[in-house]
Amino acid sequence: MTGWPALERFLRTDPRDVGCEQAMEMLHVYAELVAAGEPAQERYPGIAAHLHACGPCGEDFEGLLAAIRGETR
Amino acid sequence: MDVESAGWLQALAGAGRGREAALARLHELLVRIARGEAARRGPRLAITGPELDDLAHQAAADALVAITGKIGQFRGESRFTTWAYKFVIFEVSAKIGRHFWRHPAVPLDAEDWDRLPGWFGVDPAHQAEWGDLFAALRRAVDSELTPRQREVFVAIVLNDVPLDTLVLHLGSSRNAIYQVLFAARRKLRAALVAGGYLGGNTAGCS
Repeated sequence: MTGWPALERFLRTDPRDVGCEQAMEMLHVYAELVAAGEPAQERYPGIAAHLHACGPCGEDFEGLLAAIRGETR
Repeated sequence: MDVESAGWLQALAGAGRGREAALARLHELLVRIARGEAARRGPRLAITGPELDDLAHQAAADALVAITGKIGQFRGESRFTTWAYKFVIFEVSAKIGRHFWRHPAVPLDAEDWDRLPGWFGVDPAHQAEWGDLFAALRRAVDSELTPRQREVFVAIVLNDVPLDTLVLHLGSSRNAIYQVLFAARRKLRAALVAGGYLGGNTAGCS
């Protein structure tokens, strides 16, 4: 992340972003789709947009994905 | 619903030794996931050793309470264990936020604008090149944002306060703080676009 592009990325907002509440409500479903290689971003674009923009929710998603993959390994 | 998930529901809805055994098995799984998650996040945190292990055990215990309390809400859209793991991941996240609230790296209400270029990864040797942009951003923060939006922006961007820590500090929710920051980002971007510092809209974004 350097300078102008990093600032521009931070300030850019996606109108499809569903926010933390809705994204967390469906996180288990979304994470299983991703783990199964299904097109989760296409089925839930608002959740994908949110996880891309929200650091804490993105971190929770990565954690859940790691947990699922650890279990299925 | 898959057979394994149905088995979990049946065992946890039952009584006696069967339920106790299911609870013990679930707790064991949750501790394992909490430890894994704490270890995954550990390298980026100033929490190590027994403290991190305590955090994982507390997260597992609290997640077990949440899961048993909300088990009626499980609709079989995923495996039961995935749904359950979500709760323990949230608990680890919340406990890390609480840790930083108790041990803040910088005062939550400090306001050091010199940190701004660094937050966006600008090399100190090249900060002069970006001077106009960051000066414009600072003006926009002061003139465009509401007091609440400014407070959230300063905490998260200038002071690098984790969002979950700020949630605790303000007695709010993650979603509410995210929405405040979302609105602030839109306003700041519009101000910088109007001032000719950034390009116009990108498809799908605003």
